[in-house]
Parts: sequence; C-alpha cells; structure tokens
Amino acid sequence: MSGQALLRLEGIVKKFGDFTALDGIDLDINEGEFFTIVGPSGSGKSTLIRLLVGMDDVTSGEIRLNGARIDQTPANLRPTCMVFQSLALFPHMSVGQNIEFPLKLRKEDPAARRTRALELLDLLRLPRDYYDKRISQCSGGERQRVALARALAFDPEILFFDEPLSALDYRLRKTLEKELKDLHARTGKTFVYITHSLEEAMVMSDRIAIMKDGRFEQIAVADEIYGQPVSRFVAEFMGEVNLFALDTGTDGTLSSDILSIREGARLSAVTPGASGLLMVRPEYVRFAETGESYDFTLSGKLHGEYALGSRIQYELETPAGMVTVEKLREDRLSAREGDDIAIGFNADVTHFIGDTP
Amino acid sequence: MNTLDRKLGFLSSLPLTVVLLASFLAPMVVVALFSIMPAKVFSLANMPDFSAYSVFFSQGYYKSLLWSLGMALASTAILLLVCWPLAYGMAKVFGRFTLVLTIAVVMSLFVSENIRLFGWVLTLMKGGLIEGHFRAFTGVGFESPLYGVGIIVFGLVYVYLPFMLFPLAQGIAMVPDDTRQAAYDLGATRWQVLWQIEVPLAAPGIVVGSLLSFVLAAGALAESKILGGQAVIAIADDIETAFTFGQNWPLGSALSMILIVIIGGLALFGVSKVDLDAIMGRKR
Repeated sequence: MSGQALLRLEGIVKKFGDFTALDGIDLDINEGEFFTIVGPSGSGKSTLIRLLVGMDDVTSGEIRLNGARIDQTPANLRPTCMVFQSLALFPHMSVGQNIEFPLKLRKEDPAARRTRALELLDLLRLPRDYYDKRISQCSGGERQRVALARALAFDPEILFFDEPLSALDYRLRKTLEKELKDLHARTGKTFVYITHSLEEAMVMSDRIAIMKDGRFEQIAVADEIYGQPVSRFVAEFMGEVNLFALDTGTDGTLSSDILSIREGARLSAVTPGASGLLMVRPEYVRFAETGESYDFTLSGKLHGEYALGSRIQYELETPAGMVTVEKLREDRLSAREGDDIAIGFNADVTHFIGDTP
Repeated sequence: MNTLDRKLGFLSSLPLTVVLLASFLAPMVVVALFSIMPAKVFSLANMPDFSAYSVFFSQGYYKSLLWSLGMALASTAILLLVCWPLAYGMAKVFGRFTLVLTIAVVMSLFVSENIRLFGWVLTLMKGGLIEGHFRAFTGVGFESPLYGVGIIVFGLVYVYLPFMLFPLAQGIAMVPDDTRQAAYDLGATRWQVLWQIEVPLAAPGIVVGSLLSFVLAAGALAESKILGGQAVIAIADDIETAFTFGQNWPLGSALSMILIVIIGGLALFGVSKVDLDAIMGRKR
C-alpha cells in the first residue's frame, strides 16, 4: 500500500452495558475513496459512524486520522463532518446562512463567506438565488443539496453520510445517488457512507464493507462482494441468490443430494474435501432446452412470474426449495404456472462458499 | 349555497359570540368609561373629564407602576435563567423523572398562593423556622430577609415558576437533537450551540413563558403585601385600594387602563416580533 491510510480503525469495541454493539472493528480507509458500510438495522453501522464523527466514545480501540489519534477528540474539534439522515438543517436560517454556518464559526469575513456559499450552490447545481430562500421553501432534493453544501463548506478531511437518501422517493434517490458519485469525483474528497440499501452501495462505492452483529463480514469492491461473497449472510444480503448444498471429494469430484452434476465437472479454487454452499445468481441460471448440457442441472415446477421492469423474475419450486431465475424481458419464457421446467448452469458462473469450521 | 353555509356558521356561533362579548369586552368597556369620569362618582352619567389620569402623575402612582414593571422584569429575567436548565432537563434528559417533576410543580398550584406565601413568612421571619432554629442552636440571631424589594422578587419567581417552566420545556423540546449535534459537528462550541441553535429554535417557548410570567408578575399584589410588608406598593395594590378604601372608581379604572394598555401592548409586540410560523418551519 502506498503510504498510510487516511483513516485507520484498530480494534474498535463499543459496549452499551452488557450489549456489545461493535466487536473489534479493524478498517483502513484511503484518501479520496468512496467507502460504503452496508448492514441490516441493528448491525452496528450507525453506532460506528457516531464513533467516527465523535458523537459517542469508544469503549476500547483506536481511531487514527492521518496517523494522529482522534478517538478522544470531541466532535467539534475533529476535522470531519457528517450529513445526517434527517439532514439537520437549521430551520431558522436561510439556505445561505446554513451553508455559511461552519465558516461563520471560524470567523471568516462575510464577503468571503458569501462567495464560498455561492460557489457551493453552483457546485451542487442549485440556482444562486436560493441563497436567500428559507429551508421550508426547498424541496426534499434541494434540502439534500443544501446539507451537502453545508458539509462541504466545513471542508472536512472525511465526509460521513448517515443514510441521507433513505427518506426520499425512489426516482429522486436514484438521481441523487448518481449526483453524489459525480460530486465525489469532482471534489476528490473521502466519502464514508452508511446505508442499509445494497443498491445504493453498489451504485456509488469504490469499496463496500458488509456489517453484521458488530463485525465486518467482508470488505471488498462491489463486484467481488456480489460475485464472491464470503458467507451465506453476504450472499443473501447482496440481492437474490440461489444456494445449494455441495460436497467435494478429496479427488475434487463434486456430489450433491439435489443437483444433477455432469461427469467430470470441477470447481476451481476449492480445497478438495470441503463442503459448503454453491451459489449462483438468478441472472446466470439458464432454462435448459433439450439437448443442451450444463455442469449442474435441476428441474422443478414454475411457481410464479414477476415483472421487474426490464427483467422478468421466475420462481421455480424444486426439491431444493424455491429457485429464482431472472431473464431479460426479450428472453421471456413461454410457459405457464405449474409447467415442468429444467434449469442448468455451468461451474464458471458459480461461487463456492465453504463451511466455516 | 356557499353563502348559506357561511351564514349558518355565523348564526350557530352567534350565541357564544354574544356571551364572550358580554363577559370579556363589556367589563373592559365599563372600566374604560369609568376611567374618564370625574373623581369619586359611582355612575357613568357624568360629564367626562380626564382628572383620574392626571392624578396618576401628580400623586405619584407612576412610582407604583414602575416598581411593578421593574420587579416583573427582574423576576422574568431570573425565571429565564433558573428555568432554562430545569426545562432543558425536563425536555431532554430526565426521561420519566420529568413526570414526577411536572406533578410536583403542578401540585404546588393546588395550594392557594396566599397560603404558600404565608408559609414563606413563617419560614423566613425573625424567630421563624430558619432564624429561630439557628438562634436556638448557636445563640446568634440574624435579621430576617423579609420586607424588602429582594424578597418580593423572590416571591414572584417562586409563584410564577410554572408559567415559565412549562412553556420553556415545550420550546426546548421543539429543538431537534440532530440540529444541535450537527452544529456541534460543524465546529460549534457549547455556547455557540446554545446561542445560535437552541435559543432561536426554542424562541416560541421563551416568548410565551416570558410573556406569561411578566404579565402575571406585573399585576401581582400578594407578594408585595405579604412578603414585602408593603416596602414598595405594587400598582395592583393601588388599584385595589382605589376601588375599596378609596371609594374612587374612576381612579382605580384609570390605573387599570394604564396597566392594561402597557401590558397588552407589550404582549402584542412580543408575539409579533417572534414569527412563530417561520420558527416552526411552516410556510405562511
């Protein structure tokens, strides 16, 4: 690694009474990175961000920013800031006053403050005459931008986000996700984002950390997390997935109670003798026409068909339980509910999740 | 159709409107009319003159008014300082204990104000609860704090505490925790959070609490009589005397009118200064 991590967490533990919210977190975040922490509610991600911003104290462990310890520094003296889930705009101030708030605290002169606020309005693509508007006159998306502008005016080393898009409607959220990614590229700032939405994380992030029960399950780039999850939890958390129990013999042969396996089929990068789960994402499953041959095949009854916009999702009732298959709309299957259907997939589109001893 | 609806609304509200007008406005009108009658008459069928108002200045009643307003101002200021931390605790910190505190404060209202003030007299007087015990144990006595301006202000603070405390707690409860934390996160000190975020956002509560306690304290009478031993005369005391011993209704009415105009003006000014809607984040 070239140089030092911008933010380094070492053995972070946070306890509330007997309850351990964070159980030994280690993490390096690099300068200029868009890092997203994803987890279901109760996984400890909000607790973690509160520690990082300084609104709560660590029970043990160290937080270092550019090598210097900051875990004992109060929030108002840390060179980081956060965009709140509620945005926490100041309703008694105009848009301009909100953006200038951190500058005013630093006693910058009014003209310079105003110039900076107007620059930030430009950067966030808000009209300059919003400077004098009240917060109550702004729409949800505009408030989002004002909150971002205020945080950027602070000029933090790291900008934290606590699910700021979760209260918005779907379309606006999609737009703002892209804008945020674009803003990250233009400002070159380090963004640390917290969300429970996999999609949000996938769209924006350089790296994603999956959190469960106060620990990181996996930290990797989006594609890796999606394609090569380390555990059943990560696989299921990152969208629709089909999992089949699978054993490997010491000679590399595969055996399964459910799947029919083609003679000679092998999984690369699997320790012989391991048992675990074979994962295949729904979009990689094929409907097996007669005469076609796959490494793994299975048959079942069509249970349901769901339109997902550009894609169609099928659910098949099989001896292994429900199996999900997704097709592009143009590849729509002409079958009725209750029809017998055979499916298949090859080893190269699968991922093997070994049982953890 | 529309006009009929409107008429029906007006008609059905008419009885109550009449009652309200008769019970609130009529006495005010009577007082206003009496205030311009010549001295010591008991009928409105006299030639109006404004002699009662000139007596206000010539016989020094303005001093009572200034004392009343001054003590009301002092007690309101002290109440703000005393109640802010308490109200903050009730709104944000105490949790379930808030209910206990609320009930305790409200319970005190169940006992008549005069009786509570006499309780303080027994506690504070020379030979009373405090000084008496102190002298019995140490052999050294001290002067009673009773019968001065200070103790009157104390009495006002004591009696009108609930009228400041509850609106203030309501005001502070309106300040979202996130805005406080966000300001802190953006580099504000505790004081900057207080002055730039909490006070402006709690302003409706501050204004309502201050107006209530100021208006009540300015018209207060018992504190100066019971605790103050009439060290200074409150304007309400003068008004009472004019109507009773003085048998001078026009003077009492004139003093009342002056107090009503001053307090009413202040209340309207206060409410108009604070844009309640804007602070609540509502559009006009």
